[in-house]
Amino acid sequence: MIEVRNISKSFGEKQVLKNVSLVAEQGKTTLVIGASGSGKTVLMKCIVGLEEVNSGGIFYNERNFSEMNTKQRKGIRKEMGMLFQGAALFDSQSVEENVAFPLSMFTNMTEEEKTERVNFCLKKVNLENSNKLHPSELSGGMKKRVGIARAISLSPKYLFCDEPNSGLDPLTSHVIDDLIKEITQELNITTIVNTHDMNSVMNIGDKVIFIYKGEKWWEGNSATILHADNKEVLEFVGTAKMLKELRK
Amino acid sequence: MVTYVSNIFYHIGRYYSLIARAFSKPEKNYVFRKRIFEEIDNLGIGSLAIVLIMSVFMGAVITIQAAFGFTSPWIPPYAIGVATRDSMMLEFSPTLVSLILAGKVGSNIASEIGTMRVSEQIDALEIMGVNSSTHLILPKIIASVLINPFLIVISMFAGIIGGWGFGVLTHVVTPYGYLYGIQYDFRTYNVVYALIKAAVFAFIISSVPAYHGYYTKGGALEVGQSSTKAVVYSSLLILLFNFILTQLLLA
Repeated sequence: MIEVRNISKSFGEKQVLKNVSLVAEQGKTTLVIGASGSGKTVLMKCIVGLEEVNSGGIFYNERNFSEMNTKQRKGIRKEMGMLFQGAALFDSQSVEENVAFPLSMFTNMTEEEKTERVNFCLKKVNLENSNKLHPSELSGGMKKRVGIARAISLSPKYLFCDEPNSGLDPLTSHVIDDLIKEITQELNITTIVNTHDMNSVMNIGDKVIFIYKGEKWWEGNSATILHADNKEVLEFVGTAKMLKELRK
Repeated sequence: MVTYVSNIFYHIGRYYSLIARAFSKPEKNYVFRKRIFEEIDNLGIGSLAIVLIMSVFMGAVITIQAAFGFTSPWIPPYAIGVATRDSMMLEFSPTLVSLILAGKVGSNIASEIGTMRVSEQIDALEIMGVNSSTHLILPKIIASVLINPFLIVISMFAGIIGGWGFGVLTHVVTPYGYLYGIQYDFRTYNVVYALIKAAVFAFIISSVPAYHGYYTKGGALEVGQSSTKAVVYSSLLILLFNFILTQLLLA
């Protein structure tokens, strides 16, 4: 479980996050939604420790991440996996080298064991025959799937996905959503997804947090969002034509 | 003016803290060793051709210019060999080749690390718990400091041979006179001086561009700007340290 307690973050004069709190439960997918520039990415960067919070705390199973030193954080980071918006695959490495990278760095596995684990992870994301390809030879959807395979290679306890569907067609987006949901449930991990894709909200939103101008504005799930008692949420949701019809 | 000076101190402080962080214990020794060999291949072996071509022509030009200048009957013919050898060993090979490498290798390092920064690959390393500065920067520094002195020695040989070949071909020097000249009053300390310079310049060539690449923000345009800054600042630092080292080691 990940618990975010009253965190605030400013860049100079500009306050980007104001007293945001949320709880992400194990085995469930928590979606953080909001318009571009609302503070979703900064919130995720604070949770994973790429940005320092000005106040408040982040707790990983009651362990206060914000107050840990670099060495202690390293221990928690080995329990994290992250899928970046652009997948962030290492360009100089092949697909299998990318997926094997965390295994080479943090385990004492033999080459055979690593190969076996890489093949298992790539099978999980339906990319069995792409081991030798390089990131430049992959489509956007394939890159995201390799990114997920790399993120789960060390069997993480926490999975973070920043805009997993950006730049993907609806069909591939659906595949990625299903994959995230399946992995979360099967491996019983805590997953936080940043998105502004309403299809993802309806597909995998066990819990939905709406961020508006750096504040947590609304909390619910995919079933309650269409009837939320909140003007900004309804405006955000209402822009999707299909959902407008659904609401009617 | 105050802002300009404080900006310089800001960059010097940030540079030292990055390099200090880079000199940490690597996560896995065998991965680290592999990275060093990859960088030796990339930064060192990949620069061999340009170093050879440049040095041969530098040696040839020094020989012809020396022959052109040494017109007095009091100057012995072997002085051309001495001039070519000392110019190559003391200045041209360690400094000029390092300046060329600052352009080739420096822009390569800054754009590689800068691209990794803007495409979130460095963030990905940090999330995994990998010290990105040790993983990315330290192998480049070690590889450069190890391989650049070899490149400089090769450059010295190539320059002296180039001077001999072109000098004989253009009839500005006799083969015997030149060979006698390059052996005349040979000082081993000059080689030591050149190698010390090569190692210091190699550190600058690898660490300054790495710093500029590591703190790149934005997109492709900013990666290009970082690359340009890396070449300019590492070249200026090479010239500054060339003066300091010469004063310390030869004066």
